[in-house]
Amino acid sequence: MIVNSLQLFWPFSLFTIMIFIVGLYCTLVTYNFIRALIGLEILMKAVTLSIIAVGYITNHAALAQSLVITMIVVEVVVIAVAVGVVLGMYRHTHSLDVRKNRELKD
Amino acid sequence: MLAFILILISLTAVALWAAMTRSLLRSAICLAMMSSLLTMIMFMLRSPLAAVFELSVCAGLIPVLFISTISLTHPLTREEVLQHMKDRIRRFWYLPFIVVVVGVALNMISVVPRLALPLPEIEKDARTVLWNDRPIELLGQIMILLAGVFSVVILFKESGKDDR
Amino acid sequence: MLSLLIVVPFLSVIIFNLPFFNRGRGFIFWWSLLLFGAQAVLSFFLTIPSYATSFQLPGSMFKFGLMLDGLSILMLLCIGIVASLTLVVAASVHKDQRRKFNFINLLLFAVSGMNAVVLVADIFSLYVFIEITAVASYVLISFEKDLRAMSATFKYIVLSIVASVFMLLSIAILLLITGSTHFMAIHQALPRSEHTFLAMLAVGLFISGLSVKAGLVPFHAWLPDVYSHSSAAVSLFLAGIVSKILGVYALIRVVSFVFMPDASVDMVILSIGLLSIFIAALAALAQSDLKRMLAYSSISQVGYIMLGLGCATPLGMAAAAFHFFNHTIFKSLLFVNAAALELETGTTDMHRMGGLSKTMPVTGFTSVLASLSAAGVPPLAGFWSKLLIVIALWQTGHFAIAFAAILASVLTLSYLLAMQRMVFFGKLRQDLAHTHEAGFGLVLASIVLAFIVVAAGLFFPFILDVFILPVRFFVGG
Repeated sequence: MIVNSLQLFWPFSLFTIMIFIVGLYCTLVTYNFIRALIGLEILMKAVTLSIIAVGYITNHAALAQSLVITMIVVEVVVIAVAVGVVLGMYRHTHSLDVRKNRELKD
Repeated sequence: MLAFILILISLTAVALWAAMTRSLLRSAICLAMMSSLLTMIMFMLRSPLAAVFELSVCAGLIPVLFISTISLTHPLTREEVLQHMKDRIRRFWYLPFIVVVVGVALNMISVVPRLALPLPEIEKDARTVLWNDRPIELLGQIMILLAGVFSVVILFKESGKDDR
Repeated sequence: MLSLLIVVPFLSVIIFNLPFFNRGRGFIFWWSLLLFGAQAVLSFFLTIPSYATSFQLPGSMFKFGLMLDGLSILMLLCIGIVASLTLVVAASVHKDQRRKFNFINLLLFAVSGMNAVVLVADIFSLYVFIEITAVASYVLISFEKDLRAMSATFKYIVLSIVASVFMLLSIAILLLITGSTHFMAIHQALPRSEHTFLAMLAVGLFISGLSVKAGLVPFHAWLPDVYSHSSAAVSLFLAGIVSKILGVYALIRVVSFVFMPDASVDMVILSIGLLSIFIAALAALAQSDLKRMLAYSSISQVGYIMLGLGCATPLGMAAAAFHFFNHTIFKSLLFVNAAALELETGTTDMHRMGGLSKTMPVTGFTSVLASLSAAGVPPLAGFWSKLLIVIALWQTGHFAIAFAAILASVLTLSYLLAMQRMVFFGKLRQDLAHTHEAGFGLVLASIVLAFIVVAAGLFFPFILDVFILPVRFFVGG
């Protein structure tokens, strides 16, 4: 479908901002480690959406795609390491609660 | 155009659901749903290669990672779950309102998109861009994959349990 | 040829992990030491090549667009020095062969990533290699697998990913405005575009993301926990080079090279620098844990580098680069001494130490030298770099900020000398009577660093001509 690409700019940036707010809120307010990681994932989805939209609008779809591919690989590795750290913490305290972690630490 | 708006609204709704639902498993599944919706958008925006990557990795690998982590850690007991639910609603109930208000407010501003776009590139495929123009990122991808494998092995080495 | 700097450490890791390779021997340690030492020595003797070059691997089809200039050479020198020191300190601290093997592999990954960060010419590649180094550093911080280190790592990971998301959003906006991610293309297209709001938004997002990674106030929440809860060698590595290359070098490169010169951006950087200096110095005064105090001191000194950067003149850039180098040297020296103290006394609480200069004279003496250099006492190296920063501030008319910088030196001197007094001077406590000078590796490292501190101060004109002045040719477009 051929859409006037300039018209797309505003809806996409609007929704990017909204998903960004959801992800940021989820990461900062939650009491659970895994949900913090899910919030970070939501942030990454927002950024992927914005890069692809920008690629379509400026007609640089190939460049945007290569950026997104590299970004997905990097993101997967970082999340895997973060999950490893969460499991390491779980082995110590047997809970995924941020508050329990805080009071045990100090 | 309408199809785009519909998919974007459902993307936001699923993101809200992932943040607000009380069960971690449902959150991970919502993440997979978000990736599938994003894949649809990417197909419509003429980026098929990135769409395939997103589908296979972010809708497949990452939720599997999360679900195996969630299943490795013990669930809460019954009264903890109820207390937890009350806690969550108190903290999270105003998130949808914030999002909707921000969305409507920004829509009111109604920026007229008079963008001076840069020159479009010659019609290229993403594969040629990645291999010919940006080989340093290929090296980067190989490096980070190996670094990730190495890190996961080190993090789990002295465990006694075999996870992966 | 430049890509060798990135590829050789990486290939070493692959070769070391092949099944038939014998891991028990000390070969791995000596090979890595040779690599890092060769990098330091090579960058010391390298002449400055032409402005932007792209190198080709002979007979291959890959053409990495790498760029080398005066700033990159200085960074390569710092990376080489700190990496070899970390190797030596880790060899003294970790005795188990398998853990040493893992540590050296992670170190090679991190150095490979950092070499790439200082050599690339593209904003997105900068992001990719920053993440590679960050992944290696996450695992290094939680190497000991105790609870506090892992909590610190988790907090660092969350903040770092949010910062990366900011950087990527900024890259998306820059792609929209300029259509490319290459440094030169953005630098030429950005001033000519008519979207000032979007350009400012992109610049602001990018600077915020990098400030989180550098640990500047008000984005420094992760830094004290991470530095104090990681093991000694890792603290040295992080404070000496990793958070500086990932955050501060990237800021210097991006603000001076890529983004257009703008008064409001400079004002923002100056205020971030000023905030960092004072808030961190005041926090450092109140600490009783040695490594935590050194962490706040690092934040404070990085604020000075930001002050030099915010001047937006060639002298300011040169001063910032020189202070970068000095901070690497004296902060590494302080952390090496902290490692020695932790090894010998088993604690990092300063109130439980006292009078240690009688049993650990080398550590005490080099620690005094590092403290004086940090506070900017002549004729040590720190004095010259702070003087240059103050002169650069004066020349651009920020008189109040120049005075504040001089005032902050007094604060620096006070908390560092308080540390000296508590730890080294005074009467030797009874339970510390059994301590002796730390192992050969640590002593050698501290002597070498102290020598560099004194030499950089005494031979300042030579260093100015060879290292610092070439940096300024690439400022201001």
